[in-house]
Amino acid sequence: MKKIGDVILDVKNISLAFGGVKALTDISFDVREHEIRAIIGPNGAGKSSMLNCINGVYQPQQGAITLRGRTFKGMSPRQVAEMGVARTFQNLALFKGMSVLDNIMTGRNLRMRRGLFWQALHVGPARREETEQRAVVERIIDFLEIQACRKTPVGRLPYGLQKRVDLGRALAMEPSLLLLDEPMAGMNVEEKQDMCRFILDVNDEFGTTIVLIEHDMGVVMDISDRVVVLDYGRKIGDGTPDEVRGNADVIRAYLGGEAPAAGAPAALHAEAA
Amino acid sequence: MGPFIETLIGGLMAGMLYSLIALGFVLIFKASGVFNFAQGAMVLFAALAMARLAEWLPRFTGLDGKLLVNVIAFAGALAVMVVVAWLVERLALSRLVNQEGITLLMATLGIAYLLEGAGQMLFGNDIYKIDIGLPKDPMFLFEKTFEGGILVSKEDLYAALIAAALVASLSLFFQKTATGRALRAVADDHQAAQSIGIPLSRIWVIVWSVAGFVALVAGMIWGSKLGVQFSLSLVALKALPVVILGGLTSVPGAIVGGLLIGVGEKLSEAYLGPALGGGIEYWFGYVLVLGVLLVRPQGLFGEKIIDRV
Amino acid sequence: MLYRENGQFKTTYAADSQILPIRQDRIAMMLLLIAAFVVIPAVSSEYLLRAVLIPFLILSLAALGLNVLVGYCGQISLGSGAFMAVGAYVAYNCQARFEGMPLVVSLLAGGLGATVLGVAFGIPSLRIKGLYLAVATLAAQFFVDWACLRLKWVTNDSTSGSVSVAHLDLFGLPVESPQARYLLCLAIVVLFALITKNIVRGHIGRSWMAMRDMDVAAAVIGIRPVQAKLSAFAVSSFIIGVAGALWGFVHLGSWEPAAFGINRSFDLLFMVIIGGLGSISGAFFGAAFIVVLPLLLDKLPYWTGLPMDTATASHLALMIFGALIVFFLIKEPHGLARLWATAKEKLRLWPFPH
Repeated sequence: MKKIGDVILDVKNISLAFGGVKALTDISFDVREHEIRAIIGPNGAGKSSMLNCINGVYQPQQGAITLRGRTFKGMSPRQVAEMGVARTFQNLALFKGMSVLDNIMTGRNLRMRRGLFWQALHVGPARREETEQRAVVERIIDFLEIQACRKTPVGRLPYGLQKRVDLGRALAMEPSLLLLDEPMAGMNVEEKQDMCRFILDVNDEFGTTIVLIEHDMGVVMDISDRVVVLDYGRKIGDGTPDEVRGNADVIRAYLGGEAPAAGAPAALHAEAA
Repeated sequence: MGPFIETLIGGLMAGMLYSLIALGFVLIFKASGVFNFAQGAMVLFAALAMARLAEWLPRFTGLDGKLLVNVIAFAGALAVMVVVAWLVERLALSRLVNQEGITLLMATLGIAYLLEGAGQMLFGNDIYKIDIGLPKDPMFLFEKTFEGGILVSKEDLYAALIAAALVASLSLFFQKTATGRALRAVADDHQAAQSIGIPLSRIWVIVWSVAGFVALVAGMIWGSKLGVQFSLSLVALKALPVVILGGLTSVPGAIVGGLLIGVGEKLSEAYLGPALGGGIEYWFGYVLVLGVLLVRPQGLFGEKIIDRV
Repeated sequence: MLYRENGQFKTTYAADSQILPIRQDRIAMMLLLIAAFVVIPAVSSEYLLRAVLIPFLILSLAALGLNVLVGYCGQISLGSGAFMAVGAYVAYNCQARFEGMPLVVSLLAGGLGATVLGVAFGIPSLRIKGLYLAVATLAAQFFVDWACLRLKWVTNDSTSGSVSVAHLDLFGLPVESPQARYLLCLAIVVLFALITKNIVRGHIGRSWMAMRDMDVAAAVIGIRPVQAKLSAFAVSSFIIGVAGALWGFVHLGSWEPAAFGINRSFDLLFMVIIGGLGSISGAFFGAAFIVVLPLLLDKLPYWTGLPMDTATASHLALMIFGALIVFFLIKEPHGLARLWATAKEKLRLWPFPH
């Protein structure tokens, strides 16, 4: 039985707008250590924008984010990374010009200290460091079962494998908080099962807290501990999967119109899957 | 005060001419996303065509009358530029469509070399004259207010007016006509434009022809001032800062940028130049642009680049 | 048959991440180095050394430096001629103003001087991107052009505006003969190629490539954009500066600012693009192309047998140069290095077709 800890991420009253477009309005929720928290909602609800705010990519106009006791409204992405937060991207954002191995090695960048001089000589300290980090990355490659393509340029891989590399790169940062932006988008059933397995393993073995944006309701209901529902930039639901499933507002957001009574959960399941 | 105004006006007029060349860059970039390094070579090529045609016409057809000869030479040179545009689109552009910016840039540089070599081979590499009847004598304005009056070169004034007229008509073309709209659509998104039926290749030929037309007018004006020779192609390097200052995609930006740089260059040469040893004009435009870009990385009127992840 | 990896298993990560993991490649490189260091100086004519090989080596070095910036870090620079100029003039001033200054120190000083300029122009790159940055780098080009011409202290108050370097010597040994100059350049180029390859396969190189490919994601991973960009500018301009110093000292002997004008910048950029962006060997391929082609084109009248005056010949040469560039970019936009890599792939399967 997994032990869920205290609140490590607290999002308070975040509002984000691009010019006239309000991406997020007054969003508040918290995330507890070791849990898997899903963010769901129709397209355009602001889910990715929310992750971008946590990550430091966007600076919200209002509100504050408290991460492990440190409150900030706008940190640079690097500072957030240094605090142990990693993420994957909806549109991959992989470094297309590099191999799988190199992509995941970039995730170790924060830990690689040797300066230009030693790098140029590639002996002694620099070489040791490179080899050590390579060993760590190889463990991740084993974990994600992508050994065969480690030297392939990422751009040549099929979509499902690219998604795994994206996850690998985030894992390489050894994060305590992992933000996953639609990690299973565009995958078939088998690939989804693999990805679920990886996510659960990461959560299980390393205790990594996971915040997950996902459209597949089956996955969300199965693996997440708690769920936040967004719609048009506002929070319309927050609680365990079961609580959210029966929430009238949530059903209305996904299906539109009046909320049917008894058959609602199944309909919700079928509609959004 | 007098000399200051003189320098100012001189700068404005020079700036107008820079805008003219910058316009060629902006047009092509707006419509095809290509930064056309060959614009300078196009100016040279067009000017050479017109100069030589104006020379050969009387010789081979016995036509007389400067106006008639010039008009026919202009039309002839324009036809040549359209052919060039068609060839560039057919042979180079259509095959380089999906390449990265820097590849396209280097390709236009290759085209520049090609045009420079071809131009000189076809039309000769002496210094040629273009005489379109621009008066060469200066005029003096405001003789009562300022002592000796303000010296304004009539030639420059006419040139500036022609340039202004061209710029204005091109702006109208972009905003008001259907073709102009199609050009803007293509600049925004090639694939989307194609999918609504806009014929990409024809648009590009049109754009490069219009840029060729602009190059011809610019070549005609600069050529009548300086004579048509190889160094004309270097004039484009003066226009680059104008393009960037105004923002790569903005026609009004090219105008404002041109005026600013024209004035800036002349004023800095006059007032800063002596202190620094002269020749400041060479780099002033570029340094000015660098300064502006630090504050506004997209130029004065350019579109802001937003990265979405 | 000849080029197979069969039986070559790597048992350590260090072995796997060597520069040349395949044994045949290592043997080929050995042979190439022996040919370059021993065979070529012995058999080449003075013309070949002076007019072809030495410029090829020095320009390869400059292209290597530029490739670091443009190919690996994705920052377009149109002002590389200026960095060569700074390298040359700083080195010259070291040599001319300080009695008995060792050659190596002057060369390194040239590199450092260029680095200062490079970092200065790297700072705008933090805000300005793409084509805007490209044109901004032209500011460096024109400013340095002007400074070398107008500021007297740059040329050590030379009256003619041109500077020259007298005899060169390396730790007491004279570097006068073409062979000696060739070997000096070769040694420096091989050293820098190795250093650059090492940097590029380490975490600094990866951070450059990450900035090139997707700078927002790079920031999220924890890569400092400032550090990555400035280090790319610094390393790149150092190498180009040393190349500039070599160009002035070893190849030209005496020069004017026009030697490092904008045409030089364009040439370097051509080398990088045609050779292949983001590839060490690409710098060499590109330099070979750009150095050899004009020499071949100059011989055009002779080969075609057509009577042509020099002017027409040079125009034709210019046309063919431009046309070839465009043709090349259409056929293989990733450059000669990609063609070479494809050929090696095919060689692996040879004699089987697939």
